[in-house]
Amino acid sequence: MAELVQLLFAGLTTGAVYALVALGFTLIFQASEVVNFAQGEFVMLGGMVTVFAFKAGLPLPLAAALAIAVAVTTGLLLHRLAIEPAKGATVVTLIIVTIGASILIRGLAQIVFDKQFHAFPAFTGDEPFRLLGAAILPQSLWVLGGAAAIVFGLWLFMERTLLGKAVRATAANRLAAELVGIDTRLVLALAFAVSAAIGAVGGILVTPITLTSYAVGTILALKGFAAAMLGGIGNPVGAVLGGLVLGLLEAFAAGWISSTYKDGVAFLVILLVLLAMPQGLLGRRAVERV
Amino acid sequence: MNRRRLVFCATSAALLATGPTFAAEPIKIGSFLSVTGPASFLGDPEKRTLELYVEKINAAGGVLGRKIELVIYDDGGDASNARTFATRLVESDKVVAVVGGTTTATSLAAIPVLEDARIPFISLAGGIEIVEPVKPFTFKTPHTDKMACEKIFDDVKKRGFSKVGMISSTAGFGASMRNQCLKVAPERGIQIVADERYAPGDTDTTPQLNKIKGSGAEVIVNADFGQGPAIVTRNVKQLGLEIPLYQSHGVASKSFIDLAGPAAEGVRLPAAAMLVAEQLPEGDPQKKVVLDYKTTYESTQKQPVSTFGGHAYDGLMLLVQAIQRAGSTDGVKVRDALRATKGFIGTGGVVNMSPTDHMGLDLSAFRMLEIRNGTWKLLY
Repeated sequence: MAELVQLLFAGLTTGAVYALVALGFTLIFQASEVVNFAQGEFVMLGGMVTVFAFKAGLPLPLAAALAIAVAVTTGLLLHRLAIEPAKGATVVTLIIVTIGASILIRGLAQIVFDKQFHAFPAFTGDEPFRLLGAAILPQSLWVLGGAAAIVFGLWLFMERTLLGKAVRATAANRLAAELVGIDTRLVLALAFAVSAAIGAVGGILVTPITLTSYAVGTILALKGFAAAMLGGIGNPVGAVLGGLVLGLLEAFAAGWISSTYKDGVAFLVILLVLLAMPQGLLGRRAVERV
Repeated sequence: MNRRRLVFCATSAALLATGPTFAAEPIKIGSFLSVTGPASFLGDPEKRTLELYVEKINAAGGVLGRKIELVIYDDGGDASNARTFATRLVESDKVVAVVGGTTTATSLAAIPVLEDARIPFISLAGGIEIVEPVKPFTFKTPHTDKMACEKIFDDVKKRGFSKVGMISSTAGFGASMRNQCLKVAPERGIQIVADERYAPGDTDTTPQLNKIKGSGAEVIVNADFGQGPAIVTRNVKQLGLEIPLYQSHGVASKSFIDLAGPAAEGVRLPAAAMLVAEQLPEGDPQKKVVLDYKTTYESTQKQPVSTFGGHAYDGLMLLVQAIQRAGSTDGVKVRDALRATKGFIGTGGVVNMSPTDHMGLDLSAFRMLEIRNGTWKLLY
């Protein structure tokens, strides 16, 4: 029992981060069909800016706020300077643009910050508490709670605000949305800003557990993308589900099967799922209208 | 430009006409290092050290009455570049010996070229494959992973334990050290009861440690460097595992203590004397060498000393002394002199070479340290 709970929390905590990255992928994909591979860099910025602002003497909440602001600005700049000018280009071109942007952001972070690993203190202490025999870090609850709050907040925004409805309308049919007077450019910029903020919050929440460096974004983007595909790209609930499932797969594969092949096991399961359900767990089958 | 030469040859050429002291041509020593690229944290201090000490040696009159001319190429960490530069050192620069090879991969790539040319090569990389089996002209200065395993296992036995749970990264250094540890464990009377792995970049190792917890391990040994060991150390504390934790020489930098935080208390690791230069007892043979190098490096380079630069110092000094003893720059004679090195005191340890041992270090080269009150404490 203790082992089960331990693995469960290990998987859920890692999975929550994958879920937030996958959510970022989904938002931008919905608004533009672009897969933004710079998504992992927002997580990195969230962690790194907080670390350096905190070390410079800022209180942690302020440092975190600054980090979110920096990430959002980066997201908006990415949209304005890289995606917007390439409007009308094919989706593949846009994806390559985002990969280029991610390399640029990583390179800049390496110069502005450094190449070392960093961490800042956990929000409510490092002392683990016991739950059914398993040792759990309080920060894990922050990660899980934070991720849940973000998902709920995003749901409220999408369902209950006019702007949110505009985003959904754009996702459903861009041309129709434009015809009814929705500024789809604004919607896309908004999607980048919100994705960046979500990524940054994820980075801030996990850094006390996972540590951060200029290079953490790459692997997160990869895992987050896999999670988004597993859940069904374009579906926010699917993204969260995909992230959690991927995290759990890794933890249980390491704990019960073999830690050497845990990534292999996780990706094998994803492959099998996608073979059986190419649209992902919760994705809708894409219908090509002629 | 990749190619950097000390300008000394120019000045000494000018001196040639007038100065009777340097009547001969300079002695050319070649080097290829990973000054840029992923291994730059190793290659950069190595390059600085070579340049710094060649300058000092020349200022003191050179070797055999001749100046040293250093030819350094930057291979960027790429093995095929290393091979190309080794060829260039042999064919166009016509160096008498090579001190370089930042990584095991770049060293191995260059060995066939240098062996063919019968040019003594002192590698600065850790891999045991470089000198095992022994190649006629190839030497190395740093300790090996295998020695780290042996040092750890001896300490484990000393504390009365024998069941070890291994947790290692699947990447280069971790994988290589894991293999060496598994190999030497039976010889040292150690039983490996768990052998867990994690991928580079993994941020949680509690599932693996949980398995080790259930395996009956009496100590945990973690083979990796960088972020991984800090996470493992934190996770051990999180799970409340009360058994001793050993790290490798791969974490021997202050940043590990900062990252692992209070969880690092009580962690033991084998490391070079450099890390605890000030704590070495007065009678320690290495104390003077290590402190001298440390002060010289830190005062001129304005950055903290690292063990990696020390490997380059050892390599250069071994070579210079061998050339002096050989009284010649002939490849075979210098090689024979290198092989005959006895009691050379370097930053990495006391070196005693032989025709069957081209590294010459024993386990005394590693010190056992424990982290106490957020800093290194020399145990023995």
